[in-house]
Amino acid sequence: MTGEAWLQIGLLMLVVLLLAKPVGAFLARVYEFQPLFGLDKLFGPLERGIYRLCGIRMDDEQNWKQYAAACLVFNFLGFLAVYAIQRLQGSLPLNPAGMKALPPSLAFNTAASFITNTNWQNYAGESTMSYGTQMAALTVQNFLSAATGMAVLVALLRGLARKTTSGIGNFWVDVTRSVLYVLLPICVIFSLILVSQGVPQTLERYVHVKLVQPFEPAAATGAAARPGAVTSQTIAIGPVASQEAIKELGTNGGGFFNANSAHPFENPTGLSNFLEETAILLIPLAFCYTFGRMVGDTRQGWAIMAAMVILLLAFMIPCVITEQAGNPLLAKYANQRQTTLQPGGNMEGKEARFGPINSAIFVSTATGTSTGAVNSMLDSFTPLGGLFPLWLIQLSEVAPGGIGSGLYGMLMFVLVTVFIAGLMIGRTPEYLGKKIEAFEMKMASIAILVPPSLALLGAAVACVIAPGVAGIANPGAHGFTEILYAMTSQANNNGSAFAGLNGDTPFYNIVGGLIMLIARYWTIIPPLAIAGSLARKKIVPAGSGTLSTHTPLFVFVLLGIIVVVVALTFFPALALGPLAEQLQTFAGHF
Amino acid sequence: MASRKPLGLFRGDIFRRAVRDAFFKLNPRHQIRNPVMFVVLLGAILTTALLGQSLAGHGEAPPWFIFWISVWLWFTVLFANFAEAMAEGRGKAQAATLRRARRDTPAHKLSAPQRNAAATEVSAATLRKGDIILCQAGDAIPADGEVVGGVASVDESAITGESAPVIREAGGDRSSVTGGTRVLSDWLIIRVGANPGEAFLDRMIAMVEGAKRQKTPNEIALNILLAGFTIVCLLATATLLPYSIYSAAAVNAALAAAGKAMVARAVPITTLVALLVCLIPTTIGGLLSAIGIAGMDRMIQANVIATSGRAVEAAGDVDVLLLDKTGTITLGNRQAVAFHPAPGVSERDLADAAQLSSLADETPEGRSIVVLAKKKYAMRQRDIDDLGARFVPFTAQTRMSGVDLPGRPIRKGADSAVEKYVCALGGSFPPVVRSKADEISRQGSTPLLVAQGATVLGTIELKDIVKGGIRERFAELRAMGIKTVMVTGDNPLTAAAIAAEAGVDDFLAQATPETKLKLIRDYQQHGQLVAMTGDGTNDAPALAQADVAVAMNTGTQAAKEAGNMVDLDSNPTKLIEVVETGKQLLMTRGALTTFSIANDVSKYFAIIPVLFASTYPALTRLNIMDLNPQTAVLSAVIFNALIIIALIPVALRGVRYRPRPAHELLWNNIIIYGLGGLIAPFIGIKLIDLLLNTIRF
Repeated sequence: MTGEAWLQIGLLMLVVLLLAKPVGAFLARVYEFQPLFGLDKLFGPLERGIYRLCGIRMDDEQNWKQYAAACLVFNFLGFLAVYAIQRLQGSLPLNPAGMKALPPSLAFNTAASFITNTNWQNYAGESTMSYGTQMAALTVQNFLSAATGMAVLVALLRGLARKTTSGIGNFWVDVTRSVLYVLLPICVIFSLILVSQGVPQTLERYVHVKLVQPFEPAAATGAAARPGAVTSQTIAIGPVASQEAIKELGTNGGGFFNANSAHPFENPTGLSNFLEETAILLIPLAFCYTFGRMVGDTRQGWAIMAAMVILLLAFMIPCVITEQAGNPLLAKYANQRQTTLQPGGNMEGKEARFGPINSAIFVSTATGTSTGAVNSMLDSFTPLGGLFPLWLIQLSEVAPGGIGSGLYGMLMFVLVTVFIAGLMIGRTPEYLGKKIEAFEMKMASIAILVPPSLALLGAAVACVIAPGVAGIANPGAHGFTEILYAMTSQANNNGSAFAGLNGDTPFYNIVGGLIMLIARYWTIIPPLAIAGSLARKKIVPAGSGTLSTHTPLFVFVLLGIIVVVVALTFFPALALGPLAEQLQTFAGHF
Repeated sequence: MASRKPLGLFRGDIFRRAVRDAFFKLNPRHQIRNPVMFVVLLGAILTTALLGQSLAGHGEAPPWFIFWISVWLWFTVLFANFAEAMAEGRGKAQAATLRRARRDTPAHKLSAPQRNAAATEVSAATLRKGDIILCQAGDAIPADGEVVGGVASVDESAITGESAPVIREAGGDRSSVTGGTRVLSDWLIIRVGANPGEAFLDRMIAMVEGAKRQKTPNEIALNILLAGFTIVCLLATATLLPYSIYSAAAVNAALAAAGKAMVARAVPITTLVALLVCLIPTTIGGLLSAIGIAGMDRMIQANVIATSGRAVEAAGDVDVLLLDKTGTITLGNRQAVAFHPAPGVSERDLADAAQLSSLADETPEGRSIVVLAKKKYAMRQRDIDDLGARFVPFTAQTRMSGVDLPGRPIRKGADSAVEKYVCALGGSFPPVVRSKADEISRQGSTPLLVAQGATVLGTIELKDIVKGGIRERFAELRAMGIKTVMVTGDNPLTAAAIAAEAGVDDFLAQATPETKLKLIRDYQQHGQLVAMTGDGTNDAPALAQADVAVAMNTGTQAAKEAGNMVDLDSNPTKLIEVVETGKQLLMTRGALTTFSIANDVSKYFAIIPVLFASTYPALTRLNIMDLNPQTAVLSAVIFNALIIIALIPVALRGVRYRPRPAHELLWNNIIIYGLGGLIAPFIGIKLIDLLLNTIRF
């Protein structure tokens, strides 16, 4: 790995980890109803107004079933709204480009995708969605789905911190506060920073420009295709910055444009790229500190953060190395070394302003956090380079995972680790003084089981039935990787696309939509059930006989469990995809 | 203490019986209780069917391959059954000894609880709770019960293994008798306390046989986790079939386009089943029930009968041990060593009063006072009835005992109790006596005050001797994170001195059944688990409240009913062993689970390279163990089966337990079972593969 790569990764981690503590502490204040440095004075009237309007009482504690029901109802209403807006798009305002209504299966997939914080996109934003749809349906859900994840996490943290009570907070209050005090303020600032880098924020219609040098397509596509030279171009613009900000901060990933963060209007500069990476990692990691604060032992939060960062780097670094190493088959034709004039490495499908290093860092960051954003085409990565982002998603999005969802997912693994490690010291396992028993194990098993099962089953169906195989662009091992990636991405609510697979077919739209919905809500209900069960329990005081869950040893065992229980389960499937392709294609080239 | 002789690990008759039982246990109704092994059983059935198909000439793989895979899958199931049968067999062997005591003896049923009441001879099996029976010398006691009349020596060796006879009499703490024991001399009138089949002996037999064994909460939780893991593995292997069908078709299409032979083939189901069985946690799955049964077995070998596996498990979780001072922390009983008279009272008068008050006091302390008075002033024992005296027994409320001579009430008891008594009668409590009492207390001895009416006569000094080695034992417990609390009726000063000498963490002085119960509740309120021992009827509420309650076998029926374990040796220190056994049980489960999961890594590397060899020959680069592709899968399956057999001794004996802080225990077990589990199969599979190829398999 080059010095620049180390520097980039080091800088990213440094900035994120420096910000994690203050942001995490702020988040804890939000959910513990403490003063928020004037922000509560500013938004307080609005917050109270919302509660009054909706008939919500702030001190109304819900038990886990009520909390889960509120969460499901809220998300279902969101689903209806997004679906309706897409289907009625043609007759709704803010549609300067005159976009037509979306077909039902695509609208279903997109609605499922955005309410579940997946942001899988079977459409191209600039040629499908009106400004109105982008803003009222998609951007709104970017906020609300992120806030849902945050609320579920906070409920779980309360379950861990409280004792002998059934209340785990109020879903409506948690969602409102997540949006008002966390997402909205940070997004306003981040949008403005993005605008400063050149990201458009406008409701003006698309721009038609005359090409400086007319383009002759005849040579490329045959004379019959389109006679004459192309002299003008339509440049898509729109309210990009506002959507871009929440896309990263809410670990959503649904781009305004089809090319996502590879598009110069979404991610114009090296600095915007770095800031987007930072924004993606910020809140998921900061929540670890919030967790420590809320359970009264910050060491617990740091331990989990360490586990997340180690996992992320363990996949990010080899990804960077592989991409920077370039394509061995091209070695005799081109110099792929990094010089002052060229970034070197495997440049296929990458933006010149990012190069292999910042592309690999970006996609690892995005796939590690359940953010569907990409700034380069994964389909064009080397097989091994594409394996690492895929495997990061297959870890069930815990490195560090989505906003809220990453930590509650990780806590499910922590409970399993506590259970096994706790047995090894001869006690009924306890985590933070709470006994971990059959009910918690059942729920944690479901939450851990669901995403890999959906990914494996989805891919199994897609690769044997005709509508599934029909979408593959490249047959063989690469085609298999495309299917596996699509199913894995949706089953883990990541949303990033490997590309190369035509997903806008009724089969992929419906199967994918169902997978996203099942994956999201069957990983939300179990943590809430655990929150309810843990909140009712007593807290056993820690002693020298209790398992310490903040030590390097515990982090090591936790990582071991994640790798063996989830990552290795995909090993046979990966052997048929990227591994076979790598070994086959580059045989004799290492 | 006659601890039961530990059984040899592989005793001939148990071994033979276990081999036979291993086959009986193939019954699917039995297997379905264990999801992991049930999957293996289905796999074995499936591969056997595939073998039939292969022999008929339509096989997906060569018959020899399917044959050997299915043989070893059957072995895997049988080995797991064998482990369980071994554990049960050891219990059954002990149950057989117990059952010999349960013969259908004739019982003499009485119409009223009097010796001379009309008796009818009935079968023991017809006795019901509440019936009154008479047992005479030489009779076997036909049922559990409470002595309501008579006193007799009883041989309880059938239950306790202790050959010295014990005395059983009506009233007090020695009134309970157990069915199956034998009256050696005199006679007893007994009120039957249990219906047939519910007696202590029956429960004990059921428990050691494992017949009535229910899964413990922790075992259920582990089973859920293992089932979840099995489902993930099942999906990961089952989906390989469609994946490989797709891959083979794609590769064949490419080969055909290049004019080459279409050699790529989908994965044989036999190999997928082999991969599945290797990946699911068969090691822990196969040994799980054996571990639970063996835990009970170890308790029985320590002469402790638990009423449920749940209780054994809870013992491992105990945070606080309540230990009675007398007999557990201090040696036997306190001895009177000196008389300290009050001002104006002669030592002889004090000794006289002290002896009078202790004449009818059968406690060891009382007797030691009589002996001391005799030694010092040659006072002869007097007969209490001749003096026209009435004995006032000790009660937990007054905390005093004494004697009422005509016009001369004498009381002895703890300082606070006597002070209350004297003041109530209008007397005063001399400060000199108080300071003497405090001084005695501070030295760790017990002051026993004697008062005659409203006058305090002085203090008797009773001395306690702390058991050797107990201090080290408590230090170990502290290292394990267990807090020890000494419970004593002594005053706080005495208690503090002895607590410091013995090295306990805390003490409860001037304990009454109420304060004991309150203490337990306080700890439990803070989420802590409390263990205690007890024998008397007044211990029953506290025993019922404690999470782990070990009743002494010599104790009353009420105490035994309230506890969830009975210590046949009646040794209060046994509580510490009980806790260790509980911990060992959980640790064995955790260690083997870790081992089982860590094993998976090597199996991927053994099987994946050959799994898709016809489709992607390049994948053989992953064959880092350099196994023969023909035998790699079989080697992994054989290793997987043999490791169950290899770990049976660990499951039955339990992993080694030393009292250490949690993090050290975790380190040790992670190194041994985690890292060991990662590396061992790489070596084991390679060796088996070499062996298979050496014998030209």
